[in-house]
Amino acid sequence: MAWVFLMPTIIVMGVFQFLPMVCAFALSLWDYFPNAPENQFVFLDNFIRLLHDSAFWLSVRNSLLYLLCVPIIVVLSLGLALLVEPKIPGIGFFRACYYLPVVTMMVVVAFAWSLIFDTDNGLLNAFLAAAGISEEGIGWLTNERYALWSVMAVTVWKGLGYYMVLFIVGLKAVPMELREAARIDGANSIQSFFNVTIPSLWPVISIASIISSISALQVFEEIYMMTNGRVGTSTVVFDIYETGFDMGNGGIDLGYASAMGVVLFAIIFSFTAISARKMDSMYAK
Amino acid sequence: MTPYASPAKEATGFVTYSPAAKRRPGRIALRVLHYVVLILLIFVFIGPFLWMASISIRPSNESIYTFDLIPEAPTLEFYATTWTEYSLDRAFLNSLIVTVASVVSNVLLCSWAAYPLARMAFRGKQLVFLLILSTMMVPFQLYMIPLFLISLKLGLFDTLLGVIVPSTVGAFGIYLLRQYYQSIPKDLEEAARIDGAGEFQIWAKIMFPLTKPAVVTLAIFVFVQTWSSFLWPLIITNSEERYTLPVAVARLSGDFIGETQFTAAGSVIAVLPIIILFALLQRWFIGGMTMGSVKG
Repeated sequence: MAWVFLMPTIIVMGVFQFLPMVCAFALSLWDYFPNAPENQFVFLDNFIRLLHDSAFWLSVRNSLLYLLCVPIIVVLSLGLALLVEPKIPGIGFFRACYYLPVVTMMVVVAFAWSLIFDTDNGLLNAFLAAAGISEEGIGWLTNERYALWSVMAVTVWKGLGYYMVLFIVGLKAVPMELREAARIDGANSIQSFFNVTIPSLWPVISIASIISSISALQVFEEIYMMTNGRVGTSTVVFDIYETGFDMGNGGIDLGYASAMGVVLFAIIFSFTAISARKMDSMYAK
Repeated sequence: MTPYASPAKEATGFVTYSPAAKRRPGRIALRVLHYVVLILLIFVFIGPFLWMASISIRPSNESIYTFDLIPEAPTLEFYATTWTEYSLDRAFLNSLIVTVASVVSNVLLCSWAAYPLARMAFRGKQLVFLLILSTMMVPFQLYMIPLFLISLKLGLFDTLLGVIVPSTVGAFGIYLLRQYYQSIPKDLEEAARIDGAGEFQIWAKIMFPLTKPAVVTLAIFVFVQTWSSFLWPLIITNSEERYTLPVAVARLSGDFIGETQFTAAGSVIAVLPIIILFALLQRWFIGGMTMGSVKG
């Protein structure tokens, strides 16, 4: 009987998740074009090609740079959580407003922000000009020096509400007696924050870091919408998309794209394994 | 940076409202300051959306290089044009079909899978559960390439069914519901079994209704995910009649249509249903988003 209940899931997951997962590793060893009459087994050639592919290395670098979002997200969202944790009148409304970007789709978020970052008509440059800081329009999304950072800012902005909620839940679990005890012992609020609140929040901080690292390594939509990978802002996932599916851009080299995917998997896997272990040992202390 | 960035500041804010410290003078000033910061932050988080909405109703002859949020002569013409001429109506319908189908199939399949994993004893149970969980380790961007080829072979390219396929069931949902099924006391189903009810009846009549909170949470989670999903629909669709909203909006913002107002209008159309749903079901939204990650 158990198997009757499980059957639909086993079939669907088998065909559309397990099979492709296994195939992905196999495909990375092939020179594969969907319309080619014959496809060749090339063993590790795709990976050797990756080693010499400077564009791919730039994408890897950018994806790793993207991890800088993680500490920023943790600090800012913890700050937000502390601001909205006290149950004062109307706080639910503020929480909801800060959470709104989380439920809106990234495509729209990225578009809204590109209206702000636009060089000629953007709100940000208009502000800078009005404030007399900078008259010439800064190419937030078109200048190599700023583009990746601008996109990263959007990623951080969109995610803050989510991590804020994690921290609100975490803060509720900080034992009240501990806070009180620290206060009675004469600790000021800064001391009690670092000595009581932060240690009790370690599990949440580690979860938030791991989740945000994984999503940072998978960034795609904001790059696609805001810079389309131009001015050196390509990430690994964007590279996979461009290599495998962007017909306008050289075509559909699925074996090579799979090899990139395997590298992505390796990065994410080792990263989460390491950080999970590290966080564990820090927490154990 | 903004003042809330420094942990020290927050610490003060946070201790301020501990019950013992409520009535001291000077606290009122702090509370006013607290509200000022909270209100300013609203603009940080919804400002970009307001700005985009304001552009969507601004006639072409008015400059967008201005700080005025409400244009002199607001117009809805861009909404009308995007809706009909740029096929946002079709994309809206597609998104609705895909999302509702994914929600229904997730609720059914995840429930069916979670139920025996939580409450029945059978050989291979641990292995099945482990295999299901292991799918969470592999990033979608890796297996989407073979998935694309499989979909091609099955004739799912450029069909709505093809869009739905990867989101019909998920490890997260199974995990979530399994936790919930485990928390239901055993006596209930035993009573039903004595009354001669079959396994499926027990599930449908007794167990499934009891998991309503978890099911609603999962439904909302899947709804938001599928409604916003972009990469897979972008790959698997090819013709305008199959685009979902995110893909249609992305296409609108592409270089071939000059005026920003169209994309702005399309974007507002795309997010409005989610925002309305969020306003109505706020608690479920926020609960669901955190449930899976904080447990354990």
